Amino acid sequence: MMSNQQAILEIEQLSVSYDAIKAVKGISLHVKQGEIVALIGTNGSGKTSTLQSISGLHKNNQGTIRFEGKDITKLEPHKIVAAGISQVPEGRGVLADLTVLENLSLGAYVRKDKKNIALDLQSMFELFPRLAERKKQLAGTMSGGEQQMLAIARALMARPKLLLLDEPSMGLAPIIVKEIFQAIKKINKDGVSILLVEQNANMALSAADRGYVMETGSIVVEDVAENLRSNDIVKSVYLGISN
Amino acid sequence: MLFQQITNGLTIGMIYALIALGYTMVYGILKIVNFAHGDIYMIGSFLGLFFLKELQVPLFVAFIFSAVVTALLGITIERAAYRPLRKADRIVPLISALGVSTFLISVAQLIWGTEMRPFPTSFGSKTYVVGSVTISEIQILILVLSCLLMVGLHLFVKKTKIGTAMRATSINLTNAALLGINTNRMISLAFAIGSALAACAGIMVGIYYNAVYPTMGYMAGINAFTAAVLGGIGSIPGAMLGGVLLGLVEALAGAYISTQYKSVISFAILIIVLLIRPSGILGKKEINKV
Repeated sequence: MMSNQQAILEIEQLSVSYDAIKAVKGISLHVKQGEIVALIGTNGSGKTSTLQSISGLHKNNQGTIRFEGKDITKLEPHKIVAAGISQVPEGRGVLADLTVLENLSLGAYVRKDKKNIALDLQSMFELFPRLAERKKQLAGTMSGGEQQMLAIARALMARPKLLLLDEPSMGLAPIIVKEIFQAIKKINKDGVSILLVEQNANMALSAADRGYVMETGSIVVEDVAENLRSNDIVKSVYLGISN
Repeated sequence: MLFQQITNGLTIGMIYALIALGYTMVYGILKIVNFAHGDIYMIGSFLGLFFLKELQVPLFVAFIFSAVVTALLGITIERAAYRPLRKADRIVPLISALGVSTFLISVAQLIWGTEMRPFPTSFGSKTYVVGSVTISEIQILILVLSCLLMVGLHLFVKKTKIGTAMRATSINLTNAALLGINTNRMISLAFAIGSALAACAGIMVGIYYNAVYPTMGYMAGINAFTAAVLGGIGSIPGAMLGGVLLGLVEALAGAYISTQYKSVISFAILIIVLLIRPSGILGKKEINKV
């Protein structure tokens, strides 16, 4: 969809190291305006490190990250959120001791337009009605699926242009995963570009426009989602289909 | 006798609580114990004395000036002594804290000398008799002002956007940053609030005992830290409860058992509480985040 549009996010030659270990080895990727891009790969392939770098959590990186044409490589995390990139971190990252409502309000921390914040809060409750029922509840007391919904809704409260999702399906029942992915598609239709990190390649590729496959810190395959689903390596390694 | 001791215990307990809040707010976010906090309290007391005596300002102005300057001192200490060590092993900021502590005591000795100084205010000596209890003006000030400060802090942390952001930062620094919260600013704020509260406590203690001296932060710091641990370090209501409990235990043990043994008894209670509830009375058990 809209593949002729320009890139909202461009990563060039990004490397991330932890002490002696190189987790990401000079990868380049981009997300175009309005796209859902999947980044798939096994555990430890460097997907999360890549997302964390985009959000500004690693500062000793090499390479450049550009958002809407501007270099954001050295920006602090809170400035990256203000620029329009929100992340739903691995493990959801809900603030367990705060209520659902407090979590959602903090999602809009970088915004000042009070009226629209209230409206957005209502649309989050429409997107995930279960959050409305649990407004006053402490976030930590909810089920994994509900916490994932909260984490996504909270990220959207910042009105991001680009949403980074790290393993939204992790540890969730298939029926909940389906619900989450339907929401992801809806969010994208409303104009938010999405970079989706997943181990559940099947789910990710069915939602995405394009995809990258990462292995031990490098991107090994890059293609439109449809082709990736029929790619032999992807089929055998990530989709569990053998010829 | 009993009610008198409870009044005295509450008075000193409020002071412990005010100082304990500084330990607990910093620990809540950074997981470090700011062992220079007792000395920040001492500097706050001396600054109050300075504004009162040298600049001849009214007492409440001395409170405000001292709180502001001490807050700035707290922010500066974090910047200079802790922030560069953010990624270091946990023992490193601890050593840095001890360095800051020695530094602050030495600076106080250079400026104000080593001897004990009286607090030159006529306020506080007047006493009132309520039933069997004799209560002085300064005790009333300590009880009332401490309550106001703690209620104010509670409302700030619970009801305001910045307060909620501070709680978020204390729950999880990285996740707070991902929401667009400037976590370094929250850390500065925790140091500023903790230091300002300590300064208020310092001035009140200075008046209460009519004495200010460079090493006054040592025992006060240890007692307040004990109060923070007793209540559950990292928990704001815990610090308040721990401070008041410790003050009461000290006063009652001092009156009914022995003044010499009052510290022994309060520390024994701390050890017992920690054996039964290692996270303190209101503290949360460490949850392993997967």
